[in-house]
Amino acid sequence: MGAAAVEIDLLGIGLAGPGLPGWEASLPVLRGEQAHAGQPTVVPPPTCLPAAERRRAGLAVRAAIAVAEAACAHAGLAPATLASVFTSSSGDGGNCHSLCESLAAPDPVVSPTRFTNSVHNAAAGYWHIAVTGRQASTSLCAFDASFDAGLTEAVMQVLALRQPVLLVACDAPYPQPLQAVRPLPDAMGVALVLAPGGTVAQPLARLRLALQPDSGEPAEAATACADAGLDALRAQIPAARALPLLVAVARGEAARVVLPGAGAGAGKGAVRLHIDVIGSA
Amino acid sequence: MTPLAITHFTLTTALGAGNAPNAAALRQGRSGLQPCRFLDVRLPGWVGEVGGLDEPALPAALSDFDCRNNRLAWLGLQQDGFADAVARARTRWGAHRVAVLMATSTSGILQTELAYRHRGADGALPADFHYAQTHNTGSLALFAAQTLGLSGPAWVVSTACSSSAKVFAAAQRLIEAGWADAAVVGGVDSLCLTTLYGFNSLELFSPEICRPWDARRSGLSLGEAAAYALLQREASRGSEPGSEAAAGWLLGTGESSDGYHMSSPHPEGIGAIAAMRQALDSAGCDASVVDYINLHGTATPNNDAMEDRAVRAVFGDAVPCSSTKGATGHTLGAAGAVEAAIGLLALQQGFIPGGLNCGERDPALGANYVTESRAAPLRRVLSNSFGFGGSNASLLLGAA
Repeated sequence: MGAAAVEIDLLGIGLAGPGLPGWEASLPVLRGEQAHAGQPTVVPPPTCLPAAERRRAGLAVRAAIAVAEAACAHAGLAPATLASVFTSSSGDGGNCHSLCESLAAPDPVVSPTRFTNSVHNAAAGYWHIAVTGRQASTSLCAFDASFDAGLTEAVMQVLALRQPVLLVACDAPYPQPLQAVRPLPDAMGVALVLAPGGTVAQPLARLRLALQPDSGEPAEAATACADAGLDALRAQIPAARALPLLVAVARGEAARVVLPGAGAGAGKGAVRLHIDVIGSA
Repeated sequence: MTPLAITHFTLTTALGAGNAPNAAALRQGRSGLQPCRFLDVRLPGWVGEVGGLDEPALPAALSDFDCRNNRLAWLGLQQDGFADAVARARTRWGAHRVAVLMATSTSGILQTELAYRHRGADGALPADFHYAQTHNTGSLALFAAQTLGLSGPAWVVSTACSSSAKVFAAAQRLIEAGWADAAVVGGVDSLCLTTLYGFNSLELFSPEICRPWDARRSGLSLGEAAAYALLQREASRGSEPGSEAAAGWLLGTGESSDGYHMSSPHPEGIGAIAAMRQALDSAGCDASVVDYINLHGTATPNNDAMEDRAVRAVFGDAVPCSSTKGATGHTLGAAGAVEAAIGLLALQQGFIPGGLNCGERDPALGANYVTESRAAPLRRVLSNSFGFGGSNASLLLGAA
């Protein structure tokens, strides 16, 4: 038995990734009009973050906040009004490395700021401080399936709260030696503003989502990206698992996107996240 | 929300492995805290260490997951017939219909901290270091799902010290939406260098045993723990062996953000008040139905002052409340699930656990803080959990 399908609307998108400098600027690549080029990720400075916090925040936090800001602006919604779901495979890798180096010393001394920034919900904390957002926020991790988990939780939040929810998926690479055991090629952030169906007259897209156990049929395999560069990102960066969905929305055509899903099961019987992109604007 | 059946729960803390030793210690007012002797850490402070975690205990098939946090997760799953109860739920609903929502703040970071002490000449980490299965924040959900043979949605919530209260709310949403029929929720956090030296750097790690609500409180004591609950769409009636009667009920949940500061709570307790009110509202209850509040109660000067103010704003000053962190230490990402389990034990056995180490009550705090454990018939318990990043969660639990 599969889970009941639910319909929600997509109102706004924020994007920053390798060769993907924002949602609007990436449309030609996502639509297949241009090949993806592997340019380094450019993270615009998050304007909502006060200068002191901007200095304290690492790349993973700045990228998450930059795409969150872009998605809220795209949706035309005030950030403070939104509940949020942040998801990341590894949080702030540079901060983690510095802490581990300090703790390897004979008499460890750690910086209070580094310790505060080590919590997995640092990006969410900085975001809610920056926008004085007092709605609920959660921060998740499911290793390679972190985007799948975040999307699932965000959809559940939209249904429960009956109001728009901000989803932010962001990953940033570790320095060595952790980079060797968890190689991520570059930082990437994807933010989506999701809302109950019918919230606005013209959503970017309407999505119908369901969890389905994998039947083993090839048609139900995880959706790939036709562009080889995008598909390489999809395999390498957890947040880039959003790309097949973004491609479908950018093309504005009805499409079925299958995500591997945030479950521990592999192969037949594992729960996949099925997304039908319908009614694209 | 519709009340959700909690059919099984278990906790393992410095007070012991499983529900019985924890309930006994709480009723007798015993603490599991000791002066810190964790590994080579000689900071002045007290910790609640769980025994038996220094040697590997995982089955061979799960050996890549071996680290202190997953050893503790494993130990906790073996208590009170919990893993057997999950196996019955798997049969009842199907493996893909049971979600696994876990919570931790530091996961297996100790493994990485120790690996950084053994880097090769080229700087590389030791070859037997397993990042995905130990360090990664998601490893706990993967480990629990594999151990329990579950293939439903699985992830880790990591919002510092509110993490494992929030998994109850996330599970409720999945079941309500029809995306799962049951959920294993829980929190596991283990001692590590990051939190010991980190809280010390913030001057929040008290050199003395922690003293919630005491005038001389000077910070927290750290603990480690594993606690789990099994939530099911429907309990079953009857007393036959293996029946899935409710052990308690999840009645309401509340979640909010402070939007104020990364490591200090909003001084007016705005977020805490919102979380408590939402828990009551979602249950359709008013404040008068709550018989006992298990406080977040870390014993940092700021937390207790904020929480006292927030509790009085919502409940007035009559409802009995206490912090159990003087017994268990602050178990961080596990605290929400530990204290939910303590709330369920208090409902089942009819007692209010006394808050330990409060010799001289802070005269500035006005809530009805209970310092001696006592028998009391309870119908509804509220549990508070607040974390770094301004993350707040409250759970309203009901008796079976």
